[in-house]
Amino acid sequence: MPIEIEVNNKKIQAKKGETVLEVLNRGGIKVPTLCRMEGFSATGACRMCVVEVEGKSDLIPSCSYPIEKSLKIRTHTPRVIKARKMLVELLLSNHPDDCLYCSSNSNCELQDMAVELNIRERRISGEKTKANIDQSSPGIVRDPAKCILCGRCVRVCEEVLGVSTFDFKKRGHKTGIATSMDKDLNFSNCVHCGQCLVVCPTGSLYEKTNIDVVQQMLNNRDIEVIVQYSPSIAISIADELGLRPGKDLNGILNAVLRRMGFSKIFDTSFAADIAIFEQAAELADRIKNEENIPMISSCCPAWIKHMEQSFPDMTDHVSTTKSPQQVLGALIKTYYADKEDISPEKIFSVSIMPCTAKKFESQREEMTQRGISDIDAVLTTRELLKLIRLYGIDVHSIDEEISDNPFNTRSSASKLVSVSGGLSESVARTLCYHLTGKELPDLKITKLRGTKEFRKTDIKVGKHNVGFAVINGLGAASNLISDIREGKSKVQFIEIMACPGGCINGGGQPYDTDEKSLKNRSKAIYDLDEKEAIKVAHKNPNLINLYKEFLGEPFGEKAVKLLHTSYKKRDVLL
Amino acid sequence: MSRLDEILEKYPFVQRDNLIPILQDIQDEFGCLTEEAIVKVGKYLNLPTAKIFGLASFYNHFRFVKKGKYHIKVCNGTSCHAYGNTLILNELEKKLEIKSDEVTKDGNFSIEESTCMASCGNGPVVSVNERYYTNVDIEKLVEIIDYYKGLEE
Repeated sequence: MPIEIEVNNKKIQAKKGETVLEVLNRGGIKVPTLCRMEGFSATGACRMCVVEVEGKSDLIPSCSYPIEKSLKIRTHTPRVIKARKMLVELLLSNHPDDCLYCSSNSNCELQDMAVELNIRERRISGEKTKANIDQSSPGIVRDPAKCILCGRCVRVCEEVLGVSTFDFKKRGHKTGIATSMDKDLNFSNCVHCGQCLVVCPTGSLYEKTNIDVVQQMLNNRDIEVIVQYSPSIAISIADELGLRPGKDLNGILNAVLRRMGFSKIFDTSFAADIAIFEQAAELADRIKNEENIPMISSCCPAWIKHMEQSFPDMTDHVSTTKSPQQVLGALIKTYYADKEDISPEKIFSVSIMPCTAKKFESQREEMTQRGISDIDAVLTTRELLKLIRLYGIDVHSIDEEISDNPFNTRSSASKLVSVSGGLSESVARTLCYHLTGKELPDLKITKLRGTKEFRKTDIKVGKHNVGFAVINGLGAASNLISDIREGKSKVQFIEIMACPGGCINGGGQPYDTDEKSLKNRSKAIYDLDEKEAIKVAHKNPNLINLYKEFLGEPFGEKAVKLLHTSYKKRDVLL
Repeated sequence: MSRLDEILEKYPFVQRDNLIPILQDIQDEFGCLTEEAIVKVGKYLNLPTAKIFGLASFYNHFRFVKKGKYHIKVCNGTSCHAYGNTLILNELEKKLEIKSDEVTKDGNFSIEESTCMASCGNGPVVSVNERYYTNVDIEKLVEIIDYYKGLEE
């Protein structure tokens, strides 16, 4: 039964159970919000969405007010606007006025709100919170002085990631956001996924930037600065650069990075193929020996940290294969350095990733060889975009170029890794090759695609029936893990990606990533998979060559030494 | 069995409503909520410790460090505020070289800003271990501190 309500003298149809704000947005009426997040329950914390309802003496928050029969609503009366303006003025009253130097400058919802409401002077000035910036985490910086207490980070961390690093502390004017026992982020149970800084409306949470050090190295003539970029980068920067959303920009990206002065440009897709090849070999090995089944994927560094602190008993189940970033990092400073006769100390290896947890991963002790880290600096997609602007490169007038040898081929399977479910699909394809020597009859596994939190399917591989499960968003992992503990799990391979949607929605991706851009990005990837000739990792020609020339057998002695890692239990407050 | 386990055993039903009573018992037993205790309660009730810390820090009652041997409360009610309790608190913090909610290194003194102590006509009010001092001015405060410091020498 549709309900008719009246908004600003216009009749709008609404459904029972909707909130006023949902109906207003559907009707094309823009109501400002600061604490609301699409797909989350409303908290009514910021009060920016207040509207006037006829017959009610108080303004009501539209985000949490359910639709009633014959509501008469006015959304922009002088009273409403005055209230909203006052709210923003109060939020600004204790805000540090360093917009020009703020990491969120021109990307700040509070700033936008001040512009929208035409706030031109400081009417109210309050006591400012002392700046106490938490720089401890390798990926995320937290500046409590800029926090407006909307609680988005608290909710995203609890409801999507199931980690609950943050909560509100104290009360009244002393209220703040804190980790458990007010510890610094690096000593908390934060998994560095970066979803909190994506939802933060101000500059209170932002990534730790490596732009400066990369620039410095680019100017150092004694150092060879090599860059690799994640398969998901090329398809997620198009909208920001004003190109067709979801367009695959590999060629342009290669040219852009070369203009910046990187001496070699590698596509991490190649390493993704190796990671798939190794994980599939490892899985085949475990299936044959019936050991540590199910095997859980290891590509996502946020999941790895979560596992180490919350589920250390799962260590044996997790694949030991390094993530693509670290695979290529290890190869650059060994195989490539040898081949080109460069000392590993003279190489500065940069990687561009859609992820803040990769910054953490690159600093792990296990990811070093003889004291030299495999990856020296990690940039997020956002930092790459900043660099492109900084170097004044016009992507519209640049010609496509190819990435550098010896890592310049890829299969479309490597691209799939960027989207949730894609890793399982790619591993399934190569697992069949490892177990039977033949190709999987149907390469497209639609049951593993989609946006559901949990997906599962069985695939017949030779005489084995292999169950694949996909966890989309870290929060859904704990159920499956209790199943494994109780021996109820019937699958052989589990893919876990911390960010919902996979790397295309990573914590390092552009801030305006929404459902539509995610759809564009995943569609671009699946289209690519349809079109390309090489659809499986084990047919990547340079990969075959690399194994023949250097690595030997997949999951063999040399491959394990170089491309596999170990995990340790972490003692943090959970 | 540790004392912490004994407390938890009193609450056989694992439910969130038990959180505050459990924390109260722990504070009564140990004088404050220790990190170890919070971790244990979190595991027992299946709650993230960040949530427990968030809740406990909401209430004035819960503390995360033990009180000093002499726990000094400065009344922060409206009336005492009007009588100038801020001056008293500042002086106290300066003298003991600690801030409110902290404990001196020797463990002898701790300061807390308290809610109304119900002696509004005689502010500012200061209490030391439940002994009350009224109409406190700087001079009187110095006397009080010196007295308790003297007891420790």
